[in-house]
Amino acid sequence: MSNFPFLSVLTVAPLVGALVVALLPRRRPELAKQVAFVWSLLVLVLSVLMWITFKVGGDRFQFRESYPWIPNWGVHFTFAADGIALVMLMLIAVLVPLVILASWHDAESSKRSVPIYFALLLVLECTMIGVFAAADVFLFYVFFEVMLVPMYFLIGSYGGHQRQYAAVKFFLYSLVGGLFMLAAVIGLWVVGGKTFDWQALSQVDISTGTERWLFLGFFVAFAIKAPFFPFHTWLPDAGGAAPAGAAALLVGVLDKVGTFGILRYCLPLFPDAAKWFAPWALALALIGIIYAALLAVGQNDLKRLVSYTSIAHFGFIGVGIFAFTTQAGTGAVLYMVNHGLATGLLFLVVGMLIARRGSALISDFGGAGKLVPVLAGVLFFAGLASLALPGTAPFISEFLVLIGAFTVNKPVAVIATLGIILAAAYVLWMVQRTTQGTLNPALTEVDGMRRDLNLREKVVVAPLIALIVLLGFYPKPVTDVINPAVQATMDDIGRTDPAPSVGTVQEASK
Amino acid sequence: MGEILTNAPAEPAGAVTYATADGLLGSVWLLVAIPLVSAAILLLLGRRADRWGHWLGVAAIGASFVLGLASFFQLRGLENKSVELSLWDFIAVGGLRVDFGLLFDPLSAVFVLLITGVGFLIHLYAVEYMAHDAGRRRFFGYFNLFVAAMLLLVLGNNYVMLYVGWEGVGLASYLLISFWYERPSAATAGKKAFLMNRVGDAGLAIAIFIMFATLGTTQYDEVFSGVGALAGGTVLVLGLLLLLGATGKSGQFPLQAWLPDAMEGPTPVSALIHAATMVTAGVYLIARSNPIFSANTTLQLVVVSVGALTLLIGCIIGAAKDDIKRVLAWSTVSQIGYMFLGVGLGGGAYALAIVHLLAHGFFKANMFLGAGSVMHGMKDQVDIRRFGGLSKHMKITWITFMMGWLAIIGMFPFSGYFSKEPIIAAAFAREDWTAWLFGGAALLGAGLTAFYMTRLFVLTFHGPARWTEDIDHPHESPKLMTIPLILLAIGSVGAGFLLSTSVPDWLTATAGLGGEHGEHESVLPHALITTLSLLVTVLGAGLAWFLFRNGTATAPQPAGVVVTAARRNLYTDAFNEAVFEKPGIFLTRALVYLDNRGIDGLVNGLAAGVGGGSGRLRRLQTGFVRSYATSILTGALLVVAAFLAVQAGWLA
Repeated sequence: MSNFPFLSVLTVAPLVGALVVALLPRRRPELAKQVAFVWSLLVLVLSVLMWITFKVGGDRFQFRESYPWIPNWGVHFTFAADGIALVMLMLIAVLVPLVILASWHDAESSKRSVPIYFALLLVLECTMIGVFAAADVFLFYVFFEVMLVPMYFLIGSYGGHQRQYAAVKFFLYSLVGGLFMLAAVIGLWVVGGKTFDWQALSQVDISTGTERWLFLGFFVAFAIKAPFFPFHTWLPDAGGAAPAGAAALLVGVLDKVGTFGILRYCLPLFPDAAKWFAPWALALALIGIIYAALLAVGQNDLKRLVSYTSIAHFGFIGVGIFAFTTQAGTGAVLYMVNHGLATGLLFLVVGMLIARRGSALISDFGGAGKLVPVLAGVLFFAGLASLALPGTAPFISEFLVLIGAFTVNKPVAVIATLGIILAAAYVLWMVQRTTQGTLNPALTEVDGMRRDLNLREKVVVAPLIALIVLLGFYPKPVTDVINPAVQATMDDIGRTDPAPSVGTVQEASK
Repeated sequence: MGEILTNAPAEPAGAVTYATADGLLGSVWLLVAIPLVSAAILLLLGRRADRWGHWLGVAAIGASFVLGLASFFQLRGLENKSVELSLWDFIAVGGLRVDFGLLFDPLSAVFVLLITGVGFLIHLYAVEYMAHDAGRRRFFGYFNLFVAAMLLLVLGNNYVMLYVGWEGVGLASYLLISFWYERPSAATAGKKAFLMNRVGDAGLAIAIFIMFATLGTTQYDEVFSGVGALAGGTVLVLGLLLLLGATGKSGQFPLQAWLPDAMEGPTPVSALIHAATMVTAGVYLIARSNPIFSANTTLQLVVVSVGALTLLIGCIIGAAKDDIKRVLAWSTVSQIGYMFLGVGLGGGAYALAIVHLLAHGFFKANMFLGAGSVMHGMKDQVDIRRFGGLSKHMKITWITFMMGWLAIIGMFPFSGYFSKEPIIAAAFAREDWTAWLFGGAALLGAGLTAFYMTRLFVLTFHGPARWTEDIDHPHESPKLMTIPLILLAIGSVGAGFLLSTSVPDWLTATAGLGGEHGEHESVLPHALITTLSLLVTVLGAGLAWFLFRNGTATAPQPAGVVVTAARRNLYTDAFNEAVFEKPGIFLTRALVYLDNRGIDGLVNGLAAGVGGGSGRLRRLQTGFVRSYATSILTGALLVVAAFLAVQAGWLA
């Protein structure tokens, strides 16, 4: 089983599915939805098989495949997954079927073709899997850019208010970042001996100045994608305008390419530059945590609010990455997964609320818990996961990031910890203004607000809730996969965890 | 890890070791699991469980109580009275290993009995109290969730588990305060409680980070064994952060403002969570962490000061309030102040604080449920100026409340006398002039407590009736409510004596809580302190009885500076509003503006600039092949130059 070309098949499969769905007649939207859903389930099954086949504690990169593509330039279709990529692939495979199910009626309100919408979701899945599975820098770059295309159409064609503006802004912003990366990729090819192979490049010695320029080229692209302060302003627009399902994938997965890229490319390929830039990156991350949380408090649009909370969460991931300890690094990767689950859930639930009300403005709600108690309960649960309450998965990752960062940089960890107070503020205030308090009389006149969660919606939220609780109490299956990969990354940059400043006697016995 | 350990100091004195739990004690996890599963059933089944849900809730707590009792007796027979149960690896990354494990020892055992025992009675009471509320099943779901989280808090064998329970009870508290979420005041009060608690929680979290950074562990036994090796400054910071967490959860200064607002929740919630159990978690935290607190005298002084200050704040504000539940809430703040005073004094006073905590659990729950019974009969009236003469109409409530009242003011031979007076005596036993300061504060507090609690009791049950017009005949509550009242009243009478004679010995088996009774000579003879505290109690109570025996005005009266300040919670809310809330809102608005106009403005400005530039560039598209060729050549040269630059290392 371990010889099965999991990664290439996983990348291609959704694309084939997308073609099938796109070719279905426009008059048969139901069929298109069903095919897309089943197809994404098959991808999920395959991913689960891959997860089982992955040997924890085995090679750092597994499932390696390589096929020549442009021999003159040394470009290959090379796929390989370490633990970090594996958990992200798993996250994609879990989220896409749920997003498809959640988006069942989303495309109907637009004048565009329903099958194309679901085909675009599958194309997006293909590019997302590709970008995490790629082990060739050029291939990674190609997926990194191509990924923009399905998302551009999802936002621009099927989005809400100001969708054109948001889509163009998203596209251009990411493209500009991508160009920086392209320059750095070419530079890397030149200094790295004309190869794009990640493993070969990670062995190359680069002079200090060049290394810093190349680091910056990659970092700017990833900081825009993640996004880190001050490159974040495209996300609230894009997240606010995108259909809820696409928005869940946008912040749940797409943005993680930024933090994943930093871990996979910036740190191992340019270790000295990474250490040199680390204080700056930590500063940006910290600003992001506090600044975006305060902005989230002040939002009156549910989807924009969730987008800002994500920027704050990306700050935590940034702190975890640039603290350079095992706990913080593992916490950062786990954060990427947990944030995908928690914010994915939050976006989907918010989407259900908005679809009912026909408005995303918080001020158009008020006391909604009276009308849709189950939906309000799920919204509250997603909020709790978002504020990293113990018992939900995000607590583990936030705790790991903070405790790991604290061992090497106390001020950073302490300031970041203030973020947990602000997180409570933006979540609880949002919950209060939408579901609690006196019932807004306007709500009772909206038909949608009289319908609580239906079966389809329950099927969407239940697996996410279950995963969030399960990983909140027993994160070991995931951390065990992530840990060796993070350890290897720490080795790449030559950092080890500091020993406890006062060793206890008990440690000797353990 | 060998290199680290060679630098480590020699084995610190008093290493802490726990035995492994087996037999019946191997199932202490059920204590947490039973209420948790029950909560999950009640919340997930929804309306389907409406008919029987409350009984499931009661049964779950009853089962936990029985199991807790059996485990308690099992523990009594053991040599090493601290048993650990490791369930699974909670977090294991690099050098960090957090056990999902439980610790059942004398300290956690008494908490388990308090939480499940008093909790059971309050659950029983709530069946009737919430009978007419459409959300009763949801209420019991949250209530069971609270018990599960609280048990996890006191049963965890490391600080991360404690933190999980800690935030868990915070969640349950939030859900129950804002139980009637359609009331804006309830929703706001819940949010306020959660936020102020999170401030404390952040302190607790950082304390945990310090433990890991310095000792490499968060397990109780390893932390306590290693604390002797820490520098004094580290212990101080660590302890202050733990204290910050404790003040948040226990409604102590400076994080006390949320607790009175928490009375927006249904009365059984106030009794169980905001009087008997959750708010005492801070005391538990300090008692559990006693090896840390005992290691630094400055730290102990801070804890004592917080306790003394808060107990007086509570008394002063409590004396000025007219809402029966708020008076009780401020009295809780004040009584927990006594407990903080006790744990801050250290040594033998740790056990005294725990005794007072347990005794308080009984008499305060008793009075809160009594207040609920009064409200039940008076159409949810809470203003004591609108009560009066209820002793004739609600005999059982009256008598049981009287027991609670006599207990809290510390009248001999009621429970508070045996639990509070020793703390006052211990405060007088400090070694320097602070004995007078803290002993005096505790004594003054006793007098004030007697005053305002008597005011509450007299205005409610005696004097002329001052009821609103819509009430013609207040009725006694049904049996399901009065039986818990009677049982708790018996506890209010007898618990103090029984606990004070047994609990200190029992607790000696918990790490650091026993043995060290090496107290200083008291600055006053013990008999004199006892006499004085009884004297101020009688004076305070007598004064209140004299002033309020004929009732009081039903409308707000003009008042002097002190009373006005007390009515406004000594301006602490105004302070929070002016210093945190208003600037916070302003900052948020300013940032939203800045982000839209400033940062995003820059981005869009850049885009507009590029757009305008492109417009001009467009004119270069002349259609002449020769000019294109020139551009292509220029571009190619630039690319070649760039490649050469990189290869020659010019950029380096």
